[in-house]
Amino acid sequence: MRARQKRLVFVGLAIAGVGVAASLALTALQSNIAYFFSPTQVMASEHPTDAVFRVGGLVVEDTLKRQPDGLTVRFDVTDNAATVPVSYTGILPDLFGEGQGVVAKGRIGGDGMFYAEEVLAKHDESYMPPEVADTLKTAHVDGVVETTVQSMKAGGAAQ
Amino acid sequence: MIPEIGHVALILGLVIAVVQAAFPLAGSLSGNRPWMTMARPLAYGQFTFLTIAFACLVQAFLTSDFSVLYVAQNSNTLLPDIYKVSAVWGGHEGSLLLWVLFMAAWGAAVAALSKNLPLAVIARVLSVQGMIAVGFLLFTLLTSSPFERLFPVPPEGRDLNPLLQDFGLAIHPPMLYMGYVGLSVAFSFAIAALIGGRLDAAWARWSRPWTTVAWVFLTIGIALGSWWAYYELGWGGWWFWDPVENASLMPWLMGTALMHSLAVTEKRGAFKSWTVLLAIFAFSLSLLGTFLVRSGVLTSVHAFATDPERGLFILIFLCMVIGGSLALYAWRAPEVSEGGRFDLVSRESALLGNNLLFVAFTVLVLFGTLAPLIYEAFDWGKISVGFPWFNKMFVALAPFLAILLGIGPAARWKHDEPGRLAKTLWIAFALSVLVLAIMSLPMFSGGHLWVPIGIALAAWLLFSHITIVRDRLKNKRGFDGWLADLRGNGRSFYGMVTAHMGVAVFIVGVTMVSNFQGEEDVRMSPGDSHELAGYRFEFLGAEKAPGPNYRADRGHFLVFDGDKQIAELFPEKRSYLGGGMPMTEAAIDPGFFRDIYVSLGEHVGDGDWALRVYYKPYVRWIWLGAILMALGGSLAVSDRRYRTARVRSTAPLGGATARA
Repeated sequence: MRARQKRLVFVGLAIAGVGVAASLALTALQSNIAYFFSPTQVMASEHPTDAVFRVGGLVVEDTLKRQPDGLTVRFDVTDNAATVPVSYTGILPDLFGEGQGVVAKGRIGGDGMFYAEEVLAKHDESYMPPEVADTLKTAHVDGVVETTVQSMKAGGAAQ
Repeated sequence: MIPEIGHVALILGLVIAVVQAAFPLAGSLSGNRPWMTMARPLAYGQFTFLTIAFACLVQAFLTSDFSVLYVAQNSNTLLPDIYKVSAVWGGHEGSLLLWVLFMAAWGAAVAALSKNLPLAVIARVLSVQGMIAVGFLLFTLLTSSPFERLFPVPPEGRDLNPLLQDFGLAIHPPMLYMGYVGLSVAFSFAIAALIGGRLDAAWARWSRPWTTVAWVFLTIGIALGSWWAYYELGWGGWWFWDPVENASLMPWLMGTALMHSLAVTEKRGAFKSWTVLLAIFAFSLSLLGTFLVRSGVLTSVHAFATDPERGLFILIFLCMVIGGSLALYAWRAPEVSEGGRFDLVSRESALLGNNLLFVAFTVLVLFGTLAPLIYEAFDWGKISVGFPWFNKMFVALAPFLAILLGIGPAARWKHDEPGRLAKTLWIAFALSVLVLAIMSLPMFSGGHLWVPIGIALAAWLLFSHITIVRDRLKNKRGFDGWLADLRGNGRSFYGMVTAHMGVAVFIVGVTMVSNFQGEEDVRMSPGDSHELAGYRFEFLGAEKAPGPNYRADRGHFLVFDGDKQIAELFPEKRSYLGGGMPMTEAAIDPGFFRDIYVSLGEHVGDGDWALRVYYKPYVRWIWLGAILMALGGSLAVSDRRYRTARVRSTAPLGGATARA
């Protein structure tokens, strides 16, 4: 009997532990996920206004502008159907550049500008974040491949 | 010609693996002795042929043979020789070849070092190893042969990804693979035991050192990866909870649980089926990690170019391995009786707690990593899980683990009196509470809640382990007694203590760096100064600096502590000639108690630079902790009982073996 009771205690503790852990984990998850929206969806106002989300696409050529403070940059992100202006303060990842795929995480301001807290870096020139690839596929626009594959000039985005 | 030899060697390796997978196992089931004795030579043969294949690929890289597609994609004549060698595993095909080579090396090592194992056991173990090798060799040959030719031959290669041109990353993948693949040995032992229907303490004793060695490699591999990310990516972070990082962490967590569970099975004969299950899961998570890294199903900042078709192959293989081994488990495990009863207050209970916490954490990491796939499958939208969630989960579980870690080694096997345990540990406990109180003072905690908790937990580990060591030494006479203990059967004990101290050091590092680090993005003109965390950074300007295969802008910084100059830093922004890829090379002034870190962002005109400065207190302790863990593991493996076990003939060992 005693051995059996002990086993029951163990099993009970384990189940309780798993239950508590699972509920805590799921609650915490709700406040820590960021949904992805394409520029088209953002322009159609499908995005949340009070939460952090991600937006991705290609950086439009000739839109990368550095602000006078030297740290803030602005650029447009497009899925070739709609365009979202993005503002980011900080150091951009090495492989960031015009015509390149990008994913930015942040929230949208009252002025319609997307204020990014984080700009996703990648390690490899030929890598395209899957969300961005999907977005571009949905937009069904020719010439995407050319824009994507376009080789990066030495020195990258800044020069 | 040489690449073709490599290709043929690879095919021969596959043929041998097929034979190795089938005959020794069949022989062990039908009692055909010659078939069983084939296992060892086959394992050596497979290793020999894969070594030849690997050597051929290395040769193609060293001679810059760009008629080989893989070489043309990953190398360049300008690349320094050492990186030409590390470029062999710089891409998918080559890393896979390295993987199968290591797999064969582990197989050969098992064949060579377990002379005393019953023939049937070694035959089964090597057969299971052969089956896994068949899967991976087929994968290599069918979807990703590194020996494919390219025509017309390009005059120059595309260059190795500059991020990989680094010593830390040159040795990170081999270490990690050794760990991943090493877990396959624990898996093979478990499967062999299930097939043979003999799960006992002897089985645990055989597979324990292999598991520990694999775990040591995995620990070093992960720590190297973290260290590399810290200094090479220029973000100053040491862990990002990225899918690729999680992929390496999950097998480690499971491997840690397995190591501890094996201890119980060896010493007490309990937890048998549980241990087998952990061995299956640990290796399955290695495979899952490979799938996640190679298929590109998840967005990762570490993602390299990927191929969905390869992902599908691994997914099918993964399902076969997990499905097959679980089916075998369901069929055979009920026959295994659970020996070794124990009471609620006992070391077994503490180790069970350890196992549950590690498994719980693995499940959470797995869930967080796969959540984007789950959401997408149910059409709930495309999500990413932020790293704060993982941090929360870690911080929620880690304190329980640390508390338990102080109690477990002090508790006795099978049954302990709560009173005796309290009497042993109360001083350590009181001292930790004292540390907690002192660290709670605003001058130490800086108002951070987790600082006193983290430091007190580390102190608890330190004091409780001092108590445990002191108790052990009580029965040894002085220093000589201790030396004799260290030469004899004490090494696994001291290895455990060392590894647990590694945990304490790790906790201090994580606590301090998470709460007190400073980071700032600034724009500086030559001659400007900027202050961070009491240090003054003076920017003297940037100038062009050529490298062997890149051009760089090199910044020049002086760092002052008060009026005293403590460091001169030269961070670089490089542009590689091969692919034109830009890269940040951070400059770090390392220290035992703090790192100072500067990375150049972009040139913003007129000699001004946008750049990032960091202050990272105690960050080295994180890797120091990992080094101590790995040292502890190595010490434990060198314990005399594993060495003598090799010489001694193995009858079933001890009373705990009895299948009650």
